[in-house]
Amino acid sequence: MARLNVNPTRMELKKLKARLSTATRGHKLLKDKSDEMVRRFTVLLKEDKRLRDEVEEGLSSALKQFAIAGSLTPSYVQETAFSMPTVALETECETESIMGVDVPKIRLSQTEVSSRLPYAYSEITSEADGSVEMVSLLLPKLIRLAEVEKAVRLLADEIERNKRRVNALEYVMIPQLEETIKYIRDKLDENERAAIVRLMKVKSVKM
Amino acid sequence: MQGKMAIVGNAETITVFKAAGVDAFPVTDEKGARETLRKVAREYSVIFLTEDYALLLKDFLKRFDEEAYPVVLPVPSGKDTGYGESFLKSAMERALGVDILFND
Repeated sequence: MARLNVNPTRMELKKLKARLSTATRGHKLLKDKSDEMVRRFTVLLKEDKRLRDEVEEGLSSALKQFAIAGSLTPSYVQETAFSMPTVALETECETESIMGVDVPKIRLSQTEVSSRLPYAYSEITSEADGSVEMVSLLLPKLIRLAEVEKAVRLLADEIERNKRRVNALEYVMIPQLEETIKYIRDKLDENERAAIVRLMKVKSVKM
Repeated sequence: MQGKMAIVGNAETITVFKAAGVDAFPVTDEKGARETLRKVAREYSVIFLTEDYALLLKDFLKRFDEEAYPVVLPVPSGKDTGYGESFLKSAMERALGVDILFND
């Protein structure tokens, strides 16, 4: 490890010692942060997996049913029937902080207008009703999944960044500082010894 | 903050979402999807994207990973693309370095 390019003086030694203690403390803090983030991350990851499985299952069956419905009604009827939804979906979007990372927090606020289905019963088959209902029921889960998945993405990035910082401190900064401090100490000791020897020599010559 | 929801994807999949109250933006190809997403991202805070397009636009979607909003969520589009699993795997590998979910 290369040592820093500094003059071996007492002044520098003092400065470097202060920097080393800061670096060590920072390293410890970052490491703790990393541990906690990883813990949160694993929790979120498991939830993400569970939600995704549920959503995938629910959605694929809803879509299957919808496809059946689509085969029973002409596509233009379906298009007009679905083009005017009666449900206006609004979301409350906020952010929450997980270990300093802003993650989305979304709440679904549904404002229902009239009947749940946006079309006349005569136009569309019951399969379509069913699938629309299934999707409506799935929406809260989808929102939660969106939230969790985004959090997973953001946390993964942050963990990676943090890891890099921890490693930079642990394997570059701290060893460098330690080595430079040792170098300065050696140099100072050497000077001191030289001074003593010189003094002794001078004294012995005089006597 | 109030936000709106949108879905972008192939027409068959998104019609049913439209009936459920999500604004739908049908797209037919990769380029169109990119353009639509860019436009939609300015206005909507939660965007669902069908997995087939999510797979095509993987690199483009990275730009949404910087901020909390908009949230772009790939949703399964009926066909099994394995997107969900591959996403979880890559996130896990990046952050932890080990596989804790699938263990295969």
